[in-house]
Amino acid sequence: MVGRIEVRLAGEGGQGLILAGVILAEAAAVHDGLHATQTQSYGPEARGGASKSEVVISDEEIDYPKVIEADYLLAMSQEACDRYVGNLRRDGLLIVDSTHVTRLPLDRQAVQAPITRLAEEATGRRITANVVALGVLVGLTGVVSRQAIEKAVRERAPKGTEDLNLRALAAGLDWAEQRRRPAASPGGAASR
Amino acid sequence: MSVRLMQGNLACAEAALAAGCRFYAGYPITPSSEIAEHLSRRLPELGGVCIQMEDEIASIAAVIGASVGGLKAMTATSGPGFSLMQENIGYAAMAEIPCVVVDVQRTGPSTGLPTSPSQGDMMQARWGTHGDHPIIALSPSSVREAFDLTVKAFAFSELYRTPVLLMMDEVVGHMREAIELPAQVEVVERPHTDVPPEWYYPYEAGGADVPPLVPFGMGFRYHITGLFHDRAGFPTERIDEIDPWLKRVNAKIERNLGRILMYALDGVEGARTLVVAYGATARSARHAVGMARARRHKVGFVKLLTVWPFPVEVLAEAAQGVRTVVVPEMNLGQIALEVERVVGRGRVRRVNRADGQMITPAEILAAIEEH
Repeated sequence: MVGRIEVRLAGEGGQGLILAGVILAEAAAVHDGLHATQTQSYGPEARGGASKSEVVISDEEIDYPKVIEADYLLAMSQEACDRYVGNLRRDGLLIVDSTHVTRLPLDRQAVQAPITRLAEEATGRRITANVVALGVLVGLTGVVSRQAIEKAVRERAPKGTEDLNLRALAAGLDWAEQRRRPAASPGGAASR
Repeated sequence: MSVRLMQGNLACAEAALAAGCRFYAGYPITPSSEIAEHLSRRLPELGGVCIQMEDEIASIAAVIGASVGGLKAMTATSGPGFSLMQENIGYAAMAEIPCVVVDVQRTGPSTGLPTSPSQGDMMQARWGTHGDHPIIALSPSSVREAFDLTVKAFAFSELYRTPVLLMMDEVVGHMREAIELPAQVEVVERPHTDVPPEWYYPYEAGGADVPPLVPFGMGFRYHITGLFHDRAGFPTERIDEIDPWLKRVNAKIERNLGRILMYALDGVEGARTLVVAYGATARSARHAVGMARARRHKVGFVKLLTVWPFPVEVLAEAAQGVRTVVVPEMNLGQIALEVERVVGRGRVRRVNRADGQMITPAEILAAIEEH
C-alpha cells in the first residue's frame, strides 16, 4: 500500500457506523501494521440524525486525520449518499446499501449492495448491517487484509456475539467476492 | 504493552491513573464523557474514588477537597462546565491546591454544538477566573500527546501547587489512533515537609518557589481560604503579606519556564513563513506545511504543547527573519492575540473557523501562499 486512503462511512445515527469505523481503523493500525485515524461526526441525538465516521489509512504518519476527498464512500441512507457523494473522488468508489439508497449519482462508479438484506439472511438481525457493510467494503477495495478485519471484528464484537458478527462479516466478504468475479467460469479461466 | 487503538479521552483517563490520580469527580458532558465513564470502572479497581456530582461547581470543589486530603485528583468537562468551574479554579490557584481540570472543547458559546470541536476556551483558560493568578494550560494534538500531557499536567500541578488545565478539543478527545502505552511514566509526588507539625506553615516558602503542602488529617494544623492569607493560611489584609504572596505565586511559574514550556520546532531556520498551531489544528497545520514545502515554500512550524504560560521568548526567536506568521485556530482569534503581541500585528495572518468544523490543510496552505 502506498500513500493515503480515505474512507467515509455515512448514514443515520444508530446504524453502528462509528463502531464500523473503529473496527476498520483497528484492523489497519493494530493488525495490518499501518497508520490509521478514526474520527466521527454525529448529532446530539442517540438515534436518528446524520452520522458519519471517517477512517484515514496510510503507510506514513497521518497529520490531518479527517477525509479531504474520499477514496471510498459507504452510504447507508439516501441522505448520506446525496450529502457526501460530492466529496468523493471522481475515480473513487461509492458503495450503497440498496435497501436504503435507490437514487444513485451518474458521475461516480457505484456498487449497490443489498447490505441490510444480507444481514437479515446471515444473522437474522438487521443491526449487523454495519459489519456486513465492512465485509463488502473490504472485499471490494482491499483497504485492509481479510485476516485483519476478522481479528478486529472478533475483538470489538460484544461478548457472546463474536460468531454472529463474523457470520455477518463473511456474508459481506463473500458477496463482494462474487461481485468481483461475476463470470467465474469452470476451470478458473479469468475473464478478460 | 502492545499497540492498541485508543481514543484521546481514554488515553487521558489511563494517563491520569498512571500518574497516580485516585480521585475523580465530574458531571458528564459531551465530548468529555468517556473520561468519566472509563474512570468510573477503573478507579474503584485501583482503590480510588469516582463520584458523579450534581454539577460542575460541586465537581471541582470535590476535587480540591480530595487534593487537600492528599489524593491526586482530576475532573473533566467541556465549555459549559468549564464556565461553571471558573470560580473554584481561582480558589485552587489562591489556596495553592494541586488539581487537574480537563476541558474537551466543543463549539460555543453556551451549549453551542455539543458534538463539534472548537478551541474557543483558550482565553478563558488564561483569564476565566478573576484576579491575577498563575495558570498552566497544555494542549495535545494526538492520542499519544493526550496521554503524555495528562501525565505532565499532574506533575506540574504537584510541583507548583497549582491547577493545571488540559485543553483538549473534540477531535483529539474522540479521535482514535494506535498507541503503545508506556510501561512506566514519570510520577511526581507532592513534596513533603521535614519540619514538625507545630512548626509547619503551608504558605511559607522560605527561599523556594513553592512551599510543601501536607494533607489534612496528618496532624499538621492549618487553614485554607480564598481570601489573601498569611503563612498559616489565615486571612490577612497586610500589604507586606499580600504583595510577596502575589509575586511568589506568579513567579513560581515564570521561574520554571524551562521545565513548563513544551513545544516542537520544525524547519524554523531560514523560514520565510512560520505556522503556529496547537491542539487538533496542529494536525491540519503540519499537513499544510508539508504541502507548502512540496511547492518549495520555506515554511517553519511551531507546535505549542504548553499554551499558558505563553512561550514568548521561544516564539520571538522562531519568528526572527520570518515575514509572515500564520496562526490557524478553531475560534475567531484567541492565541493569535498573543502571537501578535510577540511578533507584531502586521506580520500575523489569522486562519479562523468557529463553525464546528476542523480547519482544513487547504485553508492553511492558502494563507501560507497569500501575498
